[in-house]
Amino acid sequence: MTEATGQITNRRIVHLAGEIDLEHAPQVRKVLLGAVEQGRLVLVDMAGVEYIDSSGIACLIEALQESRKKNADLALIAVNPQALRVLKLARLDSVFAIHTDLTSAVQANS
Amino acid sequence: MIDSAINVTARSEPIDTLLEIRFPARVDRIKLIRPGVDASARMCGLAPTIASDVVLAVDEACQNIIVHGYKGQDGCEIALTLIRHGEGLLVELRDQAPTLDPSKIQHRALHDIKPGKLGSYFMSAIMDRIEYLPAPGGGNLLRMYKQKDGSI
Repeated sequence: MTEATGQITNRRIVHLAGEIDLEHAPQVRKVLLGAVEQGRLVLVDMAGVEYIDSSGIACLIEALQESRKKNADLALIAVNPQALRVLKLARLDSVFAIHTDLTSAVQANS
Repeated sequence: MIDSAINVTARSEPIDTLLEIRFPARVDRIKLIRPGVDASARMCGLAPTIASDVVLAVDEACQNIIVHGYKGQDGCEIALTLIRHGEGLLVELRDQAPTLDPSKIQHRALHDIKPGKLGSYFMSAIMDRIEYLPAPGGGNLLRMYKQKDGSI
């Protein structure tokens, strides 16, 4: 699992890659909650995510809930088919804002 | 040492074992079995997306064993056996954790959006049938079935 965080004005962009599973969930959770703490809008780029399980989904849910507490927004970008299928299985595809790419995510939140 | 899951229950039909492996019950070892589960599910005729779902179900079952069964204790093992079953796949997972009470297995309601307790839901949503059995000699035997046409 790899992650990198970038910042544009008050937006935080978190790039996740690899396997977002129980082994890596603590690291992902820390990165996501850190981004939520610092940004009004957190965009989670999932283009590089090869696999996600319930612990990875739990990290996303917790970050979303924290962002709502702060009146901030969190959206997912470029969710690959496996991750989207898991989100749909948990019926979370309508809970998260999901965008095809960074441009459309920024436009939707501008 | 965990005995072979294949010997736990007498079977009348021929057994076509696709994969049988024991591995340390550690979260950083689960990834090693994913390719084998995926390939075995495809060998049984399951579509690639369904095979990926089965990988997730097995992954979640292993996590439950490690976290809730063994409670993260070092030196424990999980035995995984993948068997062709009709036009589908039978997954057997055996552990030596304290005997599980299936009535205590809960997953959260999907409308209750909060982190956690999704693993058991994924298992039941993906697989056609799940059996929690006490294993002879102690521990637990989990059987999960997935048919090509969902007929179970």
